[in-house]
This record gives sequence, C-alpha cells and structure tokens, in this order.
Amino acid sequence: MSASASPRTDGWPMRAAQAMLAPVLAVAVAMVVGDLLILTYGESPATVYHLLLEGTWGNWYGFGQVLYKTMTLTCTGLAFAYAGRAGLFNVGAEGQLAAGGFAAALLGLWLPAATPAGLAILLCVAAAMAAGGAAGAVPGVLRARFGASEVIVTIMLNFVLLAMLNYAVASHLSVPETLHTESMRSGFVPRLGGTFALFAGSAANWTIVIAVAAAVFAWWKLFRTRSGYELRAVGLQPDAADYGGIPVPHTWIRAMVWSGAFAGLGGINFVLGYKHYYEEGFAAGSGFLGIAVALVGRNHPIGIVISALLFATLSQGGLAVNALVPKQLVDILQAVVILAVATAVPEVQRLLRKSAAALMPRASLEAST
Amino acid sequence: MAVRMRQVSKRFGAVQANRDVTLEVASGEIHALVGENGAGKSTLMHLLSGLSTPSGGRIEVLGRDVTGWDTNAAIDAGVGMVHQHFMLVPTLTVAENLVLGREPTRGLLLDDARAVADVRALAERTGLRVDPTRLVAALSVGEAQRVEILKVLYRGARILILDEPTAVLSPPEVEELWTVLRGLRAQGDTIIIITHKLDEVVAISDAITVMRDGRNIARFATADTTPRDIARAMVGRDVVLAFDIKHAAAVSSRVRTDGPAALAVRDLSVHGDRGTRVIDQLSFSVQPGEIFGIAGVEGNGQTELLDVLAGLRRVETGSVHIDGQDVSLLSVRARSDAGLSHIPEDRHRRGLVLDYSVSENLLLGRQHHFASSIGTMDQDKIARHAELQVKTFDIRPPDVSLSARALSGGNQQKVVIAREMGRAFTVLLAAQPTRGVDVGAIEFIHAQLRAARDAGKGVLLVSADLAEVLALSDRIAVMYEGRFVCVLPSSECNAEHLGPYMTGAARAVAT
Amino acid sequence: MILLAFLLQTIRIAIPYLLAAAGGVMSERVGVIALGLEGMMLGGAFGAVLGSYYGGSAWIGLVCAVAAGLFVASLLALCTLRFRADQVVVGIAINLLVIGATRFFLRLAFDSASNSPRVDGFGGEGSGLGVMASFSNPLVLLGLLSLPALWWLLWRTPFGLRARAVGEKPEAAATLGVNVGALRLRGVLLCGVLASLGGAYLALDQHQFTDSMTAGRGFIALAAVIFGRWMPLRVAAACLFFAAAETLQIQLQGIQLVPSQFVELIPYVLTIVALAGVVGKSVPPAALGKVE
Repeated sequence: MSASASPRTDGWPMRAAQAMLAPVLAVAVAMVVGDLLILTYGESPATVYHLLLEGTWGNWYGFGQVLYKTMTLTCTGLAFAYAGRAGLFNVGAEGQLAAGGFAAALLGLWLPAATPAGLAILLCVAAAMAAGGAAGAVPGVLRARFGASEVIVTIMLNFVLLAMLNYAVASHLSVPETLHTESMRSGFVPRLGGTFALFAGSAANWTIVIAVAAAVFAWWKLFRTRSGYELRAVGLQPDAADYGGIPVPHTWIRAMVWSGAFAGLGGINFVLGYKHYYEEGFAAGSGFLGIAVALVGRNHPIGIVISALLFATLSQGGLAVNALVPKQLVDILQAVVILAVATAVPEVQRLLRKSAAALMPRASLEAST
Repeated sequence: MAVRMRQVSKRFGAVQANRDVTLEVASGEIHALVGENGAGKSTLMHLLSGLSTPSGGRIEVLGRDVTGWDTNAAIDAGVGMVHQHFMLVPTLTVAENLVLGREPTRGLLLDDARAVADVRALAERTGLRVDPTRLVAALSVGEAQRVEILKVLYRGARILILDEPTAVLSPPEVEELWTVLRGLRAQGDTIIIITHKLDEVVAISDAITVMRDGRNIARFATADTTPRDIARAMVGRDVVLAFDIKHAAAVSSRVRTDGPAALAVRDLSVHGDRGTRVIDQLSFSVQPGEIFGIAGVEGNGQTELLDVLAGLRRVETGSVHIDGQDVSLLSVRARSDAGLSHIPEDRHRRGLVLDYSVSENLLLGRQHHFASSIGTMDQDKIARHAELQVKTFDIRPPDVSLSARALSGGNQQKVVIAREMGRAFTVLLAAQPTRGVDVGAIEFIHAQLRAARDAGKGVLLVSADLAEVLALSDRIAVMYEGRFVCVLPSSECNAEHLGPYMTGAARAVAT
Repeated sequence: MILLAFLLQTIRIAIPYLLAAAGGVMSERVGVIALGLEGMMLGGAFGAVLGSYYGGSAWIGLVCAVAAGLFVASLLALCTLRFRADQVVVGIAINLLVIGATRFFLRLAFDSASNSPRVDGFGGEGSGLGVMASFSNPLVLLGLLSLPALWWLLWRTPFGLRARAVGEKPEAAATLGVNVGALRLRGVLLCGVLASLGGAYLALDQHQFTDSMTAGRGFIALAAVIFGRWMPLRVAAACLFFAAAETLQIQLQGIQLVPSQFVELIPYVLTIVALAGVVGKSVPPAALGKVE
C-alpha cells in the first residue's frame, strides 16, 4: 500500500556508511591535491606518504606524538560538534581552549604541592571546563537574548580572550624572559612514557584517556539523555522542538556552555600532561582544526575521535617529511580537507535524497503536500 | 476574449491539479475565479502567467496561442500576476522596488528622479495612491499591495491576475482596492481575481467561474446569480455523500455536561502579525464525549486559535481552561501534562522531526516522561512504547528505527496521532488531521477520533475540509474573520447550509 | 606637527582596513558572509611581493595581488555559490588554506620559512611618513576612495540596486528577471579584488612578505563592516577609528597608559557590543549566508 524505503536501508550501519561518504571523498580529493603539490617539489608522492606513515604510526615515538595531538583535537572537535548539533557555530574554540589551559595552570599553581594527585587533577580539569564553559556562555546568551550571530561573537571573543590572557601572563605571571607561567605545584598528569617505556620521549600523556572519556560522555549526553534529545531536536528542526515544548533559546545557551567546556578541556593536555605551565600560543591552531575534525567526523563523537587521529597523524607526519617537502604541505591539505568536506556534504546529501526519492516516489510526493 | 483557456490540464506527478479546465475572460471585465482551498485556482493562474506549463490543453491571450510560455514572455505580452505573498524588498523604497530590473539610467547612473517621477505619474493615472519615496518596510499591507499592482502595471500589464488580494486587507482597504480595480477596468484593463470570499465576489466582479477539485464547475454572470448558488457550486452536494455521515442518535448520552468542560475558552482575543484582531472575543467550550468541529476557510483565525490553545502563542485577553484548570499562563509542556494533546496542522514543519526515527518522534513533547532523574533515557521503555504504538496504530513499515522522512504521508500522520492519542489526555486539538493522507489512513484516523470521543474525551476538530467536519462532528461552528458566525448541532448542518457562513455571504448571531 | 604625523600614521594603518572592509561590505551586501577576508588579504600580500620581486616593479606586484585575490574569491564562490557549502566553514577553510599555501610557496619561491627578500614598493627609500611619500602610493588614494566609491556603486548604479535587493530578498529580484547567481559572483569577486589590494598595500609598504603578516586585519575589517552596519561611510569611519586607536597605542607605548593588548581589543569588543544591540541594532542584510 505505501511504498517506503526497505527497512534495512535506514539501520545505523547504513546510516554510518552514508555519513562517511562525504569525508572519504574529501580525503581522496585532498590526497590528489597533496600528490600535485608533492610533485611540484620534485618528490615522489609514494615516497612521501611512506615516510609520513613511518614517522607517525611506524615508530612508537611518532605514534606517541600522534596520540598527544589527538587529545586536544578530540576536545576541540567535540566542542564544535556539540554546538553544531544544536544548530550553532562555535568558532571560538581557540580562545576557550586557551582559557581552559590558563585556568588549569593557575589552579595548579595555587594548590599546595601536597594535594593528593587525584584530587588536584580533578580540580584542574573542573577549572579548565568551567573557564571554557564561561567563555562559551557569552555567545550563547547573546544569541538567545539578542539574536546576535554566534559566529561573529565567537570569532571576536577569540581575539579578546587571547589578548586578555596575553596581558595577564605578560604583565604579572610570566617567568622572566619567557612567555609562560611558573611551573605548577600540583595537578600533574603523568606521561605515557612513564608506564609504557616504548613511548619514552614523546609528549603523550594520560589526558588522552580523559579525552576519550569526554567523547564517550558526549555520545552518551547527545544520544542517551533527555537534554541531548532536546538539543538535537532544536538543531534539526527548531519549529518542531518549539511545538514539542522544548525551550529553544535556553537550549542554545546550555549547548554553548557545554561546547566551551569541551574546548576548555583540550587545554589540559599541554598544561597538566606536558609542560606543566601555561604558555602563550601553546595550542595555536587546534581550535580551528577542531572544526575540520568535527566536519570529517560528521559531528559524531566516535567519528571525531577517529578524525582527530587522522588530523593528528597529518600534523605529526608533516614534521616527519619536512626534509623532503615543507611541512606546510600539511597545512594546505588540512584546509583542503575542510573545503572538500564542506562542499561534499551538501552535494552527497542532495544526491542521496534524489536517489531515495526515485526509489519511493509516493512517499516523497505525499511528503511535499 | 482577453483570455481563453481550453481543456487545460496540469499534473504534478500523481496529483491532477487541473483537469480539462475551460476559462473565458472577456476584455475589460473583472472576472472572479472562485473555489475552496485546493480547487486548483492558483495552479490555473500560474499556467496563465507563465510560472508553469500545462500538461494539456490550449491557452490563448488576445487571440494568440501562448500555451507553455514563460514569465518573461507573459510580462512582455501584458499579463501580470500579483501573488498572495508579496515579493517586495523591505529595505528599498517603493520606486526602487518598482524599477528593479528595468532601471531608468542616465549614463552609468541610476536616474532616481526619473524613477520617482515615473512611479508618481503611474500612481496618479491608476489611482493607486502611494508615495514613491517611502521605504516598503514602512508601508501598510494595503499600500504594499498597491505597490505590487503598480509593479505589474509598470511593466505594461493590461491583463492582471490577483491571487487572494483581500486576504490581508481590512474592510476599508478592500473598498479602496475595489475603487482602484474599477478605475483600471474603466481604462480597458482585464482583471482576474482569485478568491473564496463570496460577499466580495458579488461586490466587484462582472463574471464568475467556479472551480472544484481541479475542474471548472460553473460560470455565472454576477448580475444573474446569488451567493447561495455560487456557494453550492463551490462546495458541492455530491462530495458530502462520499463520507458516511454518522449522526449518532446517542449523541446526548455520550456527551457529559455534569463535570467541567474538557476545554473552555472565554472571551479570547488575539492580535495577529499585522496588528489586526485575528481572534475576536471568542467563547466556546468542548464537553467530554463530543467532537466540536470548526469549519471555515483557512486564514480566518483557526491557526492562531490552535496556537493559543496549545501554548505556542500568548493569551492576550480572555482565558483557557482544561478540565476546569486555568492553563492560560502555562507552558506547552505544562499544558500537555494537564491533559492537552495536539495534532498540528503542519506535520512536516512542526509535528515531526523528520530526521528523527519513528521511536524518537513518538517521544516529542513527552520526552521527560521517559527520562530518569539524572536525565538518562530509558531505552527499553522507549522501545516498548514505540513497538506498542506502531502496532496499535498500524504504522507501516513497522520498523521503529526508520527515520520519519522515509514514511509515506499517511504513516507520518499516524506517528503524530499515535503520539498524541496513544496516551492519557482530556482534550485533543486535531488540526487538518487528514491533509495529504491516503484514503485508507483517512478512515483509520477518523475511527481513532470517534473512539476518543466515545471514551469520553473532548475533541476540537479544525479542518478546511467541510465534508470531514460534517462527518465527524457533534457540533459545528463556522469561523469567519476571528469569530464564530454560527454554532449548530451537526444534525442541522449540511454543506449547502454552511457554505454561505463559510464564505461570509450570510451571517448569523453567534450562539 | 604631531597632529599631522598622527593623522598620516592613522591613514597608513587604516588603508588595509578600508580596502578589505570595502570588499567585505560588497560581499555581505550581496548576501555572502565575508569570513574569507583574511585569506584574500594574505593572498594579495603574497602576490604583490611575488610580482614585485620577479616582475621588477610594484605595479606588476599589484597585478599579481589582484590575480591572487580573484583566485581565492573564485574558490570561495565555487564552494558556496555553486556547491552550496556552508559559508562560515568555507570562509575559515579559505583562511587556513591561504596561510598554508603562502607558507608553502614562500619556501618554494624564496627558500625561507619566514619571510621573502626585500622588494620594491611604491615610493623610494627613506620615504617614511612624509605627506608626499604617503600620497605617491596609489594604494593610499585607492584606499581612501574605496568606501565612498562603494557607496556610490551601491546607491547610484543599477548594479548596486540589484545587489542590495539580492542581499535582502533574492526571490523578489529573481521574479523580476535579475540574475541572482551572476550578481552574487560579481560581488564576491569584487570583494576579492579589494581585499587583495589591502594586503598588497601592507606587503609593499613593508617591502616584504612575512609569514601570516595580515595578523587578523581581515577580521578587524569584518568588525568594521559590522560595527558600521554595512553602510560604507560608517564603515569607513569605523576603520579610521580603529586605526586611530592603534596609532594612539603605538605613540603612547612608552607611557604605558593603557596596556597595548586592551587597545588591540577595541574593534572586537565594539563589534560584540554592536551585535548585542546595546547602541542601536546592527542588522545584517536579511539574506546573508543563505543560498537557496
């Protein structure tokens, strides 16, 4: 009687496959561009890619560095995705990230050295998330109350936050002749190299576990809780959410606060797990790269972790191939991936919808009345 | 003949919007094209104005075969359409809007002065008074409409098509429009008005063509006919016979008048987006065990009424009570918990989150009942709930993980109905419950509504489909311009009787 | 004399803002979000240096700058107008792309990771801040005229009328036969040209290209566009105001009256304040960011 899609085309494996089409296409496009650029340098793409893989997944130090970079990218990716699921653009992860790291460093400085490690870390993590969340609240409230574009506000706020932190550090808190604060007294997160000798020398530390836990938490919050249900409804169809009694502006604010908190969490990687102080520019670029990570990961926590690994690999790989090809090649590739995914997603969606409509003409026609 | 359309047909996929339609409009006459929503009037005019091309038939303008032409050709030939939704740029002036695309220039520069002068001259000549230098955003609706008419006249239109021009006008503005149209007619222009308001048709037109279900049913000379004849042609007696009208004799035994009303509305007034009253001192109640139907053409305040009752719009004056409890200030969620269920008229925009699965959609508005105190949703409870609803309401295909987008219209509506009716409620607001739904699902939905009534619930049914209202309701009110122009037991109603009320041709004192 | 020096330095600082902001106004007025200004400026800066170095004169540098700007703008137009990709994401990606590409080609062309060799600009050696020196640079004049010229374009020509209509209500323009897509494309390309000229001025004035030399100026220009409510003359005033604050901060550097970081912040804070509607409502063109 009614011609609808066959049940199996809409189960989650199928949907996951459909979601991955655009990113896979995008990565392919990026690789082609990469090949061209490598050739202009007179090198062979095969050699370069081989070297890249060797320098990242081919040795333990390299892999450790990849893990290190994955942590921050996972957090900033989650930040963009969480707000994205609510229909908002958080472009402010750079500033929120710095604020988080700064708060963690300050607290670590303030807490006495005798503080039990577990408690100190917990408090510093909380401080980082609170600082990021506060930074996220500003664009959230401005959007909810005044309809101000969160895109512009977050971009502007990045500059504001970074400048303010710069001032705070430069004028009061820095160790002379440096751009960083003093070393923390407590709240240290040990390196992976301490437990697994293979990772010795790399910056990889146990905050990676916190990042993965954050991803799991984000997944749970988005897909298993009432607030996540409401948030996603607001992002997908605000009119229906409104009809269903979901307070839209309120949801936006909460989404931005959580989004900022995730970004702030990204700051503990450097501060708690690596250098144990706040340094200006410590994670430069990770905020914006988080957008790429979220896009390729299709705004899904699991996809984001995988995507973060990918971008971290590219980042580290750039260093590894620097002898043959400038590492800036990686910068270009990362940007190309963003462009390609951003372009591919609407196209792929359009094509999928066209083919689905062709399969079930009745349904789509009635849907349009 | 200014316009002659012969055996014109138009299909959209499986839907036949126009079927062998014949329309003849003489030069220099004001011709009304009349019919209910969905009769095919706008479609027909889109064919004439070049917005779409016919699937069959011939269109002649001023003796020339123009079948299948596009808007530019139509504009060049002097056919201009004024749409229901204005296409004006609010931040530009009247003159700028008018000359856009055909700007007078002096060298490279825009000749502002000439634009203003040209517009002023045109306004004078046609009697469409409007100041060319004012910003469109500052205009009243009536003035904006004048600008739209000027727009087509500026491009040389001699045959004007107006789509529901009075839908947004107040009575004095309507009079001004008639004056303008008579002036244009005196200059030899031909005017076709699409409308459903019979009192206005009688006031302004020279000839009338009635359409129903995509066909043209009758052609009248206005002077030789009465509103009742027109209304009967519009609504048609045979359509009513398609439904089995069950005027249950046991009406009185089912309706409970002992306790509080399921829904009680007192002196409700609400202003619309344009500042006019869209709901005007409305008072009525729906008793437990009855279906109260509101008939009427869309745009008379039904949408706003439902929004207010549901909690999506604020009560300005008056009150709303559900089961004796004053809910006037309560939120949507609170009203839902107080026993209100709502089937929205637009399931695609509001009723469903299309990208959510069936089981997720079955939670919308009630998700807090499926969550624990920390917020975790009980997946088992959700799954069981979904399975139960799918079975009870025969939603096909029975896969609860399918996204709502993949379902047919009828099954999508069943999801909404399952959600709203598959739980405890006191009063149900059902807006256009069978719009865009296939026949089998219509029967099912009607059965559900009757079952709710039989179980002692109050149902407020709002539908533009008069046959449906007649078939289901115990009492029927006709809504016109924000008021109930009559409230009658359904045994006293049929299409013929109600038609004039719906179209404003007759008014009775509201009971 | 101090006042004159102050004025001249303000103008020097303002020129990139004026040019980029003019581009921003054009782009946003036709409905395309101008987040790629930074990338267009940087591309223009690099092109200018490349052209001046290999071509031997600043004029060739200008041509190359414009070519770079057009290239970047075309890429943005392709992704957003033809493929309907999200304008915010594309804008950010373009910026990242240009940063990476300029670094890459910096190494390729000049074998350095941080800066190019010295190139000829406009005006000779030791021109400093003199009045004559300032005005012998054609870009200075262009910069000062850019926003008034844009005003004239938008309010005095048919193209401008249609552009404004497209940015507010494209459907209305479309029903009147205006080619919305072509108009948007022209607007974006013009934006690319103007922004790249802003970058060219920057590079030629410093006589070299340094990595990421635009340092956020594209965003300050965008801030000026928003703060000036998309009206060219107000935007010009905003640019001059921001530049004046910067000049003040530089000249007062020794005195440490206000920390330099806080002066830097003025454009950004003002934009946020403007968006919150604290001093009147800053309402963008209604169809900004939407491509049907």
